[in-house]
Amino acid sequence: MRGLVCIAAVIAATGSSVHAATVAISCGAVGRELELCREGADAWARRTGHSVRLVSTPASGTERLALYQQLLAARASDVDVLQIDVVWPGILANHLVDLGEAAAAVLGDHAEALVRNNTVGGRLVAIPWFVDVGLLYYRRDLLARHDAEVPRTWPELTATAGRIQRAERAAGSSRLWGFVFQGRAYEGLTCNALEWLASHGAGTLIDSAGRIALNAPAAESIIALAASWITTISPRGVLNYSEEEARGLFQSGQAVFMRNWPYAWALLQDDTSPVRGRVGVTTLPAGPDGRPAATLGGQQLAVSRYSRAPEAAISLALFLASRAEQKRRAIAGGYHPTVPALYRDREVLAASPLFGILGEALAYAVARPSSVTGPAYNRVSHAFANAVHAALAGQSDAASSVRTLERQLRRLQRRGAWTQARS
Amino acid sequence: MSAANTLHARRARAAWWLLAPMLAALALAAGWPLARTVWLSLTDASLADPAGHAYIGFANYLERDAGQWYGVLADPQWWRAVRNTLWFVLASVGLETVLGVAIALALNVPFRGRGLVRAAVLVPWAIPTVVSAKLWAWMLNDEFGVLNRAALELGLISAPLAWTADPRLALFAVVAVDVWKTTPFMVLLVLAALQLLPRDCYEAARVDGVHPVKMFFRVTLPLIWPALAVAIAFRALDALRVFDLIYVLTANSTSTMSISVYARQQLIDFQDLGYGSAASTLVFLTVGLAAIVYLRLARLRPGALQ
Amino acid sequence: MSVARRLRRLTLRALFALLLAAILAFSLFPLYYACVTSVTPPGELFRAALVPPGWTLEHYRAVVTGPFAYSILNSALVAAAVVAVSVGLALGAGYALARIRFRGRGGVLFAILSVSMFPQIAVLAGMFQLVRSFGLFDSLGALVFSYLTLTLPFAAWVLATFARAIPRELEEAAALDGAGPLRIIGRIFVPLLQPALIATGLLVFVAAWNEFLFALTFTLSDESRTVPVAIALLSGASAYELPWGAITAAAVVVTLPIVSLALIFQRHIVSGLLAGAIKG
Repeated sequence: MRGLVCIAAVIAATGSSVHAATVAISCGAVGRELELCREGADAWARRTGHSVRLVSTPASGTERLALYQQLLAARASDVDVLQIDVVWPGILANHLVDLGEAAAAVLGDHAEALVRNNTVGGRLVAIPWFVDVGLLYYRRDLLARHDAEVPRTWPELTATAGRIQRAERAAGSSRLWGFVFQGRAYEGLTCNALEWLASHGAGTLIDSAGRIALNAPAAESIIALAASWITTISPRGVLNYSEEEARGLFQSGQAVFMRNWPYAWALLQDDTSPVRGRVGVTTLPAGPDGRPAATLGGQQLAVSRYSRAPEAAISLALFLASRAEQKRRAIAGGYHPTVPALYRDREVLAASPLFGILGEALAYAVARPSSVTGPAYNRVSHAFANAVHAALAGQSDAASSVRTLERQLRRLQRRGAWTQARS
Repeated sequence: MSAANTLHARRARAAWWLLAPMLAALALAAGWPLARTVWLSLTDASLADPAGHAYIGFANYLERDAGQWYGVLADPQWWRAVRNTLWFVLASVGLETVLGVAIALALNVPFRGRGLVRAAVLVPWAIPTVVSAKLWAWMLNDEFGVLNRAALELGLISAPLAWTADPRLALFAVVAVDVWKTTPFMVLLVLAALQLLPRDCYEAARVDGVHPVKMFFRVTLPLIWPALAVAIAFRALDALRVFDLIYVLTANSTSTMSISVYARQQLIDFQDLGYGSAASTLVFLTVGLAAIVYLRLARLRPGALQ
Repeated sequence: MSVARRLRRLTLRALFALLLAAILAFSLFPLYYACVTSVTPPGELFRAALVPPGWTLEHYRAVVTGPFAYSILNSALVAAAVVAVSVGLALGAGYALARIRFRGRGGVLFAILSVSMFPQIAVLAGMFQLVRSFGLFDSLGALVFSYLTLTLPFAAWVLATFARAIPRELEEAAALDGAGPLRIIGRIFVPLLQPALIATGLLVFVAAWNEFLFALTFTLSDESRTVPVAIALLSGASAYELPWGAITAAAVVVTLPIVSLALIFQRHIVSGLLAGAIKG
C-alpha cells in the first residue's frame, strides 16, 4: 500500500514536467485574425505536444480591456496568453509576467520603440506582435482630375481638400466631403490629435521622464486649423465618427481624403468596394518643419501572472511573435511585423503595396504616453480627447481648450498618478 | 380577543415565511455587492492592484488638497452627468407615460387584428438594447442614415443633421430612442390595468351619455392610477440608472453622459476602483433620493399601496 | 341610422385606423429597416435605402451557422428560469405584502424597491466576486442568480399592486373554510391575477433576454454566451468592421421568439379577463 502511494507521489511530482498543458490564448476575435492565430497556435501545439484553446473576447478594445481587468483583478487562470493593445502594458503591468529573460535572445529583432513601450518599471511585460500606424488615404482619380498633388503638409491638405470639394460639388457631386477622420471623443481622437500635435512640434503630451511636454502656441494653431475643418471640409457628423464610419464614407466615394489605420486598405480594394482601384495611400502630412508624425498602434502578446502553465504560455507567446511566424502572418494576412528587418524582405514587400509605405511611416511613428503614465493613461487620454473634441465642436476656442488640457494634466500629475512607479 | 391575536400573529408569521426566500436572494445578490462597493469607496483601491488598498475616508467623495478640491462631488463632469440624467428621466418618462396610456387606450378597443397589433407594439421592447442602439445609430447617421435622407427628401431640413454627434442634438436623440424602446413597457402594464377594470362603470357611463374625455379623466385614470404609478416608478428608476443606450449611441461623450456612464468610466476605463465605487455609491444615493421624492409626490406610501 | 351619423362613424373609424397605422409604423419601422438591411449585399450597405437594392441570404447563413445559434438556446433557458423563479417567489411575496398586515411591511416594501435603485455598475464588482466564489463563473447559473436583482423587486411590487385590487370577500370566505395562505394564493389569486401574471412574466422574460452587462462580465466561452453578448461580439473580418448585415440579421432572428411569445400570450390576457371576470 505504501509502495503504491510512493509511486503515485513520484508520478505526480514528475508529471508536471512531461504532462501536456493546455494553454488558453485570447488573440483576435474574428475573421482572418482569428484564423491566422489559430494556424500559428496549432503549429506550436504540434511542435511542443501541448494543446491550445482559443478564447474569444470582444472585438472592441475598451470592452476587451474591461474583460481582462475583470479577470486579472480576480486572479483568474482562464486566460494564459493575452493579446493586448499597444497602450495597455502600463495599465496591466502588475498582472503580467516579466518576459525579459525568456525573450532576451530575440529582443534585438523587434523595433526599439515597441520594446521600450512594453517595458514598464524595468520589466518587459509584453512582446511586440504586429504594428499599425496612421496613414493618409486619398482618391487618386479625384486628385488627377483636378491637377492636385498629394499634400505634404496639413495646410496643403486643407487647401487641396477644400478646392476639390468645391469643384466637385459645383459639378454635381453634392455630397462630397474633403477630409474624414476619427473625431469622436475616444482613444481614436487621441491618436488623430497626437499626430497633429507631434507633427507641429507641439509635443507628445507627456515625455518619457513623466514631464508635461505640451507646446501651447503650436498646439493652439494646429487645433484651430482642425476645428476649421468641421462643416467646411469635414461633415459635422465626424464629431461622432470612429474608424468604421470614416471608412464607410470614404468607401462609398464621398470623401477625398481619409485618415485611418492600414486595415482599411484591404476593404477598400475589395470587389464590392465602389472605390476599388482608385485609392492611394501615403504617410500623413507634416508640420511646418517637414516632419510627419503617425501614431503607433498594434498589438502585443503578454502572459498572465495567474496562469497555471506559465512556461508553456511563455513558449507560445514567443513562438507567435517570432520572426518566422510574423513573416507568415505578413504574407498571408497583411499583418505588419514588428521586426524592422522584415520590411526589407522581398517576399514580404511583394505581398502588399502597403508595406513600403509602412516601413517609411514607422520611422515617423510616435507612441502615446501610456507606459510612462501607467494606470493613469486612460485619464490622460480622456482629458486630451475631450479638450480637442470641445474645440472641434466649437464649444470652446482652441486657446482655452489647450489651457484646460494643461491644467488637467498638471492636476493628474500632481496627484502623483504616474510618478509612483509600481514595480 | 386572544383568538384574533393568535390568528394575526400566525398570519404575520406566514407573511414572513412567504417573504423569506425572496429577501434572502436579494440580500445575497444585491445587498452584499453593494456593501462591498460602499466599503471600496472609502479606500484608494485600483483595478491594477486590487489587494493593496488603504482606508482613506471620504477623500474620494470630497477633499481639499493644496487649495484645490478633489473628489467626485468636486468634479464638474459629475454634475454635468447629473443634469443630463435628470433631464433624460423627465423627458423620457414623461413622453413614455403619455404615449403609453394613449396607445393602451387605443388597444383596449376591440377591433379585428387586435392581437397582431398588440404583438407588434411589443417589438421595440423585445429587441435587445445593444442591438436597437446600434440600429438607431445606423439610422441616425448623418451621411447614410435613412432618417436624414427621408427628412431631406421631404424638405424638413436643408442639410443632414448629426443627431448623435452634435452635442446640442445628442440628448434629444437619446431620449427619442429611449421613448421608442420603452413605451411598450408602459403600454403593457396600462393595458393589463385597463382590462382589470370593472365593466359596469363604463356601461353606466355610456348609458348616461358621459363625454369620453371626461370619462377618462374622472373614471379611468383614477382607477388605473395605482398600476400606472408603479409603472412610472420603475421606469423612472430604470431611467435614472440608464447605461446601455447612452454608452452604445454616444460612448463617453460628456454632452450625454449619464451618472452610470460616468461611474463606469471612472471604475473601468480609469481603473480607479475607489473613486469609481464612490461614484457608484453616489449614483445609488441619487436614485434613492429621487425615489423618495417621487413616492412623496405620488402619495404612494409603501404601507398603503393605494 | 341617419346619413350624418353614419358619416361620423365612418370618420371616427378612419381616424382610428390612421392612429393604428401610426402606432404600427412607430413600433415596426426600425425592425422593417433591419430586415431590409439584413438582406442587402455587403457592397450596398452604406447606402440608405428603404427597399433592398439587392437580395442575399449570406448574412443569415453566417448568423445561423456560427456560435450564435447556441446563444439563442442559452438565452431562452436563462430567461425561462428567471421567469419561473421570479414569478414564483414574487407571487408569495406579493400576496404577503398586499394582504397581510404585519409590522415592518412598509420597511420591507421600501427595501425591495431600493434594490431597484442599485445601478448595475455599483454591484458589478461585488457580484463578480460572489459568482467566482460560488464557482458559477462562465455558467448560466451565474446569470440566473444575478438577474434576480433586476427582476424580483419589479415582479413583487407589480403583483402586490394587482393583488390589492382583488376583493377581500373571496379570500375571507376561503380563510373561513380553513384554507392556508398557500392554498388561497393557488386557488384564488392565481386565476384572478392571470393578466397581471402574464404581463409580469412577459416583461421579466424580455428583461432577462435583453440583459447585457452582467452577461458580458460573467460569461467567457461561446457555449455559455447569451444573445446580446453574441450580437455585440459579432464582427466583420477585421477588428474595426461593423458588420451591419450580420447584426441586423441577428436582430431579426432574435426578435422573432419574443414576438411569437407575445402573440401567444396576449390572447391569454384577454381570455383571463373573460374567464376570471371580477364580478362586483
